[in-house]
Amino acid sequence: MSGWIVGVDVGGTFTDIFAINPKTGEIKTAKTPSTPADQSIGFLNGLSAISDLQSIDAVVHGTTVGTNALLERKGARTGLITSEGFRDVLEMRRRDRPRTWGLRGTFRPVAQRKDRIEVPERVLSDGRIERSVDVEAVEKAARNLASAGCEAIAIAFVNAYANSQNETAAREAVERVWPNAHVTTATDILPEIREFERTSTAVLNAYLQPAMGRYLGRLQRSLGEDGASLLIVQSNGGLMTADEASKAPIRTALSGPAAGVVAARAVGLAAGYPNVIGCDMGGTSFDVSLIANGRTSLAAETSIDFGMVVRAPMVEITTIGAGGGSIAWIDAGGMLRVGPESAGADPGPACYGKGGNLPTVTDANVLLGRINPDNPIGGELGHLDISAAEKAIKTEVADPLGLSVIEAAEAVIKVANAAMAGAIRIVSIERGHDPSQFVAMPFGGGGALHAGALIREVGLAGAVSPRYPGVLSALGANIADMRLDRVQTINSALDNVEEGYLADLAARFWTEGSAKLESSRAPIEKTEIEIELDMHYQGQTHSIPVRLLGDELSAIDLSRDAVLSTFEAAYKKSFGRLLIGPQVRVMNLRVAVIGRRPPFDLGRLAPTAGNSERSLSGMRKVYADGKWHEASVFKRLELPIGTRIDGPAILEQPDATIFVDPGLVAEVDRLGNIFMHSAG
Amino acid sequence: MTTLDPVTLAVLNGRLEQIVDEMDATLFRSAFNPIIAEAHDASHGIYHRSTGETLAQGKSGLPIFVGAMAFAVKTVIDKAEKDNDLEDGDVYIFNDPWDGGTHLSDFRLVQPIFRKGKVFCWIASVGHWHDVGGAVPGNYNPAATEAFQEGFVCPPVKLFRGGLYQQDIQAMLEANSRLPMSLYGDLNAQINALNLGAQRLHAILDEYTDDVIDEAMIALKDRAERLMRREIEGLPDGVYQATDYMDNDGVVDEELKLSLKITIAGDEMELDFSGSAGSCLGPINISKATTHAACYVAMKHVFDEIPANAGAMVPVNVVIPEDSILAATAPKPVGGYTETILRLIDLVFQAMSEAAPQRTNGCAYGTINALSIAGRRSDSGAPWVMFSFFGGGHGGSANEDGLQHGNAPISTATIPPLEILEAAYPVVFRQWALRPDSGGPGKYRGGLGAIYEIELLEENAQAFLFGERARTSPPGVLGGKPAALNKFFYDTEGAEQPISPPMASKIVGIPMKRGMRLRLETPGGGGYGCPKDRSRQSIRADLEAGYISESAAARDYGDLA
Repeated sequence: MSGWIVGVDVGGTFTDIFAINPKTGEIKTAKTPSTPADQSIGFLNGLSAISDLQSIDAVVHGTTVGTNALLERKGARTGLITSEGFRDVLEMRRRDRPRTWGLRGTFRPVAQRKDRIEVPERVLSDGRIERSVDVEAVEKAARNLASAGCEAIAIAFVNAYANSQNETAAREAVERVWPNAHVTTATDILPEIREFERTSTAVLNAYLQPAMGRYLGRLQRSLGEDGASLLIVQSNGGLMTADEASKAPIRTALSGPAAGVVAARAVGLAAGYPNVIGCDMGGTSFDVSLIANGRTSLAAETSIDFGMVVRAPMVEITTIGAGGGSIAWIDAGGMLRVGPESAGADPGPACYGKGGNLPTVTDANVLLGRINPDNPIGGELGHLDISAAEKAIKTEVADPLGLSVIEAAEAVIKVANAAMAGAIRIVSIERGHDPSQFVAMPFGGGGALHAGALIREVGLAGAVSPRYPGVLSALGANIADMRLDRVQTINSALDNVEEGYLADLAARFWTEGSAKLESSRAPIEKTEIEIELDMHYQGQTHSIPVRLLGDELSAIDLSRDAVLSTFEAAYKKSFGRLLIGPQVRVMNLRVAVIGRRPPFDLGRLAPTAGNSERSLSGMRKVYADGKWHEASVFKRLELPIGTRIDGPAILEQPDATIFVDPGLVAEVDRLGNIFMHSAG
Repeated sequence: MTTLDPVTLAVLNGRLEQIVDEMDATLFRSAFNPIIAEAHDASHGIYHRSTGETLAQGKSGLPIFVGAMAFAVKTVIDKAEKDNDLEDGDVYIFNDPWDGGTHLSDFRLVQPIFRKGKVFCWIASVGHWHDVGGAVPGNYNPAATEAFQEGFVCPPVKLFRGGLYQQDIQAMLEANSRLPMSLYGDLNAQINALNLGAQRLHAILDEYTDDVIDEAMIALKDRAERLMRREIEGLPDGVYQATDYMDNDGVVDEELKLSLKITIAGDEMELDFSGSAGSCLGPINISKATTHAACYVAMKHVFDEIPANAGAMVPVNVVIPEDSILAATAPKPVGGYTETILRLIDLVFQAMSEAAPQRTNGCAYGTINALSIAGRRSDSGAPWVMFSFFGGGHGGSANEDGLQHGNAPISTATIPPLEILEAAYPVVFRQWALRPDSGGPGKYRGGLGAIYEIELLEENAQAFLFGERARTSPPGVLGGKPAALNKFFYDTEGAEQPISPPMASKIVGIPMKRGMRLRLETPGGGGYGCPKDRSRQSIRADLEAGYISESAAARDYGDLA
């Protein structure tokens, strides 16, 4: 194999391609219009912009097919077969409500009640089978669901995490009569205690199976039987094969954003920043992710929407409604607020001139001189309407607050920045990380306009703007590692876990995992293991993650003593005080088998020549800290390595604008990233 | 003093909220008992230095504490003033419910934040402990006639004295609990939360200066008041009334009446509970502090955008008749306070429905159904107490049907997974399901309640239930019909059929043997609007899903069904 490895990121508007040829060292990027009705068309157009299919070895894809189907509730009609007495577990959730205040709002599960069928069976909490599953009842239920029109089916039994025998027997029975491959067994997806979370995850998986299967099937057929291997980015940033993704599509729920975070991590590490806060600013939202010591922060559980709970490790993304299109308004108490309402893309900010007359963050940025009205990013709009922006800010913000228009515009940015800073604090300070050890990494359209202010607001070490923010997700897909996650509930006092049991389980998962990686045809350099235990004191219901150190199985000590001391260190770090007396318990064993991809030298993206004199494209007035400044405007991509620019300054490139605030310095590092930090 | 610009104010508002949210999160993650860790029956806040008024409150804590904690902090302020021995590093602990609100299970830790030698403000942590002694494991004793039968009473005492931990206090508390290890874990977790809160608060004070933060706290309170006045002003002036009933007090089987008259005039309103029943023998009395807190919760549900601080209640006057069930003093039993405040909130929804139809809803299921099963393990002799609250339906609202199986309006509690309960206690659930026909009919139907059936796997145990709404159903509003009644059944020796308690859904010490079952059928929520206005399509969908039966559909919706 000597062809291209192609990373593909399908966005709402454009499909971005980032391709590497490991043999020749060549790099190609491409941008083609997305085809939302059938994403595979835009996808294949993108591939052909790189090379003919024969010379592509692997295609690595961050997909939003699953995300969109979940958010828009456009998955398949899904049936559920479950234990007698527990048909409504899915609908009853964990007895929560949508909002703390105001008793409004309701919940409709994706598997309707009439499509949820109980069958006789029962396993007890210690794994004893009180009643074997009635397979005839299962077959009958499956036949009924199929003839009712269900396209996918999930099987979820109570306590099956402790013994999955009944569930497996039911699966075999279903497979005898079910007309397609869209069958999900809950403990296959998640063999963990907590029936609602497991059932919900399984049902949502089944719900996505048909759409994902069709989509990936089309892609695979287009790539040809012996053609390029197709790999998919999981929500935790690791890759899996397309076959696995068809079986476990729920693992792709955050596939797209995860690819971006993978790239942020790689760019950060290459530039010497193992601690990165990823800031993805779009039109309606600001998404923050965290990488600490080179490790991406993952959430064990995510609610896609009220009651739509997915329990699977996903990149932890904190979202607030503060994007370029977020609307500024004065609340009934006279306080200036920004978002969460957004003008979206249509009508969009007032300055788009498409009929919007409400002031947005983008309008404020235009008035402050930070966005070039004659050459806005994205390239869709030729020119921005400054007077419309001015009018909107004046009527809605300046007049009610008794400020001048320009003061009001700056106030809007300050409030938006404060909200973004709050999101950054949630993922950093609130998790015990010191922000002065972190850099912000803006990606998406507008992030780099605000990164400078966030440095000061949160007390960050600085901000790093990657050289090509627009293709960051496609790049991330291209360099992500292969990853297979396994979890096993232990639910036992550490003292009662037989010495060697954890090590044996880990060894089994390792053997199975490495065999799978071997057969995936993915380009892998070496295979590593990560082991984590969920642990707590007897009596607590929440656990803390306890990571056992070591990249290789043989280097990881899973003896009870080692596990205990690692737990105590982790507990102390989280809460400060160890407890004396209660037993220490192990809830779950988590094993990840990781296929490391060959390293990609980001230096290949660095500028080769350039001249900071020539890159100066002019001067522009910008307003900051209560006054006007004359700011130099540079063509960012033409800045040579080592350039140092004092703020205020504006650095422009086709897919991003960087604002260097007064008092900040921007430097071009050896990889072509812009590192912004305090001048002091 | 300078006037704070709106931008700084918005920033500080967010920062203060983050501090209390983070205190909540720390307690939930490190607490021992599931009532705190899973059900979030706890709360944190920042309080005014001399009045104890709430200045900032965590979003994830138990809503009822938002109003009650101000009284708890004031109790400590008064105590410290009287003793005249307050110093930096002190932390008070207590559970007195008459001055501090709620019931004996809720332990409050209250700490002064000192700046330049003076108290700047207070922070506090409250959490519902698993067992605080008394006659009934888990402390929901429906037969109590004095608080001493509900648990031990702890007045405000110093847990830390000038930063020094008073081990004696911990020993005294542990000696009075059936589950001392759980108590120890929860106490530690609350200390963790206070430590973190103090640290964060000092950091923000250092960053912005004491004066600026002080000014911001006052401005935020004023802002809440302004917002609330504007909301009230938008409602039609008038007098709105409602009456509802408690089943009984657990001791005397007599219905107890609760009355509310709401007067809206301009930008102020009055909630007058005159005409409500006098104080009762059993444990459904509540203290004035609790009554105020309940009104606050009800107002926050109706006006959900108003910020959570003391300013919101400035334009609202609450009239509580002396010697009534709503003004209990020591040593009246108050263990079942949850049931009474749920009824107060139902009264507010009913009375407000006419004044603010878009903002109200049919009443929710109206009882927490505190069920405990306790015994000793036959192998080890170790005591066990399974204690949980159970869910029911929410009322229909202006645009949609009520939520099925939600949590009580006074709490944001989630229920533990049945797999966690089965793994921890010798029980097996035979059913965990929605209860058909339990939602009140209406244009928008009330959400369904639930059926929980539990079987004992151990040789012996005893069961206790504290519930309500078994005699008067959760009402609907604006023509919506009431939901189904609460029902409880249990097996007894010698009886073929399961029976119900004489006090409907309150009972102490049901003897259980292996294989015996308990069955709880909880109410749904009340309907919203007339059933005749419900769409045929919705009725058909309800029938198809089995949310309603054919016979109920014919009865409730007539020709439409």
